[in-house]
Amino acid sequence: MEEFVEQLQLKDAFDSASARKRCLRYRRRILDISQRVTALHIAPAFSCLEIVDCIYNGLMRRAHDGTFLDSFLLSKGHGCMAQYVILEDLGILPSVELDRYCTRDGMLGAHPDYGTPGIAAATGSLGHGLSMAVGMAVAERNFSPNITGTNRVFAVLSDGEVQEGSTWEAVLMASTLKLNNLIAVIDNNDFQSLGRTSETHPSFYPLADKFVAFGWEVAETNGHDAGAIYQAITERKGGRPFMLVAKTTKGRGVSYMENVPIWHYRAPNPQEYRQALDELKEVSS
Amino acid sequence: MRNMFAEVLYELGKEDPRICIVVADISPAGPMEKFRQEFPERFINVGVAEQTMIGICAGLALKGLKPFAYTIATFSLYRPYEIIRDDLGYQNLPVTVVGIGGGVIYSTLGGTHHAQEDIAIAGSIPNMSILAPCDPEEARAATLYAGRRTSPGPLYLRFGKAGEPVITAGALEPFQFGKVRYLRKGDDVAILSYGVIMGMAKKAVDVLAARGRSVSLIACPTLKPLDREGLAGILKCHKQVIVIEEHVPQGGLASQTKQIAWDSGARCKLKTFTLKDEFIHCYGSHEDILAAHGISLDAILKEVE
Repeated sequence: MEEFVEQLQLKDAFDSASARKRCLRYRRRILDISQRVTALHIAPAFSCLEIVDCIYNGLMRRAHDGTFLDSFLLSKGHGCMAQYVILEDLGILPSVELDRYCTRDGMLGAHPDYGTPGIAAATGSLGHGLSMAVGMAVAERNFSPNITGTNRVFAVLSDGEVQEGSTWEAVLMASTLKLNNLIAVIDNNDFQSLGRTSETHPSFYPLADKFVAFGWEVAETNGHDAGAIYQAITERKGGRPFMLVAKTTKGRGVSYMENVPIWHYRAPNPQEYRQALDELKEVSS
Repeated sequence: MRNMFAEVLYELGKEDPRICIVVADISPAGPMEKFRQEFPERFINVGVAEQTMIGICAGLALKGLKPFAYTIATFSLYRPYEIIRDDLGYQNLPVTVVGIGGGVIYSTLGGTHHAQEDIAIAGSIPNMSILAPCDPEEARAATLYAGRRTSPGPLYLRFGKAGEPVITAGALEPFQFGKVRYLRKGDDVAILSYGVIMGMAKKAVDVLAARGRSVSLIACPTLKPLDREGLAGILKCHKQVIVIEEHVPQGGLASQTKQIAWDSGARCKLKTFTLKDEFIHCYGSHEDILAAHGISLDAILKEVE
């Protein structure tokens, strides 16, 4: 097996200040879209926005023609607004499609669909993504060797889907197969439909230790600091699959959405929308 | 059948580097070892973890490979059903899900190991195709089809286990995906079947032929898409048609043949033998379990008399 060549084509350094600006812009764009629909998964997207931004804008390597060499799979498909606005920013998804989000004439729904530009797999049902990412990572490692090193597969999971048995089957297989090109991030906002996971399922924690026990290299970080996420992933030792437990806040960036379950799937009314934009301005300044 | 599958998979592996297999702690020992040793990077054993077996196959297929998932039918199809539906069906990925022990062939293992509803549940998934060969020769043709097809979408490949006799050696028509095939042609009685229970159908035909009846024996290895035209033709040109199926009454060949009979205005006498819509807590030979479900050579012959 070809040795994993680390970070050969990475951009020189990750600019955290630019990432913060981008994520503000992404949040505003998601809020704008929220005014055209009755409901969207806004808080789950705000929860994983810095993670997805760091992966696309910092970690995934591109070929000379601009196509991505590495793959990204959003296992927590309900966070797809974060992915959509980033794919729009990268010129992969046309803006008109985001404007037609969840309408009959458009291609984008509330979960990512296979066949949509930039979407690696259809997700939405939890507990599917990590197994698919394992299969993709095996295919990249065993069948697509290239001089820049094995192409990598990034997967973002919700913490809720770590309750799925199928996730643990995949966790066990990833380390068994020594998938050093698989990098997973858990969006650990500690919230699920019926409450805080730390209260509904206390044995869920400690979380990182469980992956260590299953043979993964594990790190923990602030999931809203894209620079810290970048650092944690680029400084990994390698040789094994890597899991980053990223501590996040559901609904991050808008005070009345943070840690309030109803914002899992609800669009703000015009007044709430204006308040949200005002708050994001404050953060910006 | 499973040994034939492993031998053919090895052949397929040599001709196409995209062929790979993910097994869940069950593997035909002998011939599969050849594949495993020659193509270790294309053989994955997930252990007793069927959900990730299907998910990994989906990931491999998303990257352009042609994976087979392999274990006992109840575990390859039932346990990871929603993953098959979403990852393979919804995404229309070319993954072959192999189910060993279709029907009640694991006759001493009990209901946990009986895939008696598999055609119905696999067939209800859009984009899914189903093949259920009746002997090692048909298993060979079906496996070659699965490995060489260029069509998208998942395929459920229902096998028996090992040691099935060859039934299709003198077939009048070759195996063709999506088509019924005459193994023997008459104009009085037609017996239609698929899978391992075809052996009983063959015995019935032999007895009837010896009694001077003009009998057809027809194999229907493709359960989805069903050869509706071929089946309508069978119903049209025989006086009596008997369907023998190792599957519950709903959603298999028997019920669909009845639908086709109605739609095509068939006038023949039509009788179906299926497993009962029951879990029968009975252990014995394969024939014993089938008899408990009301399927036996005597019952079939009695129907013709």
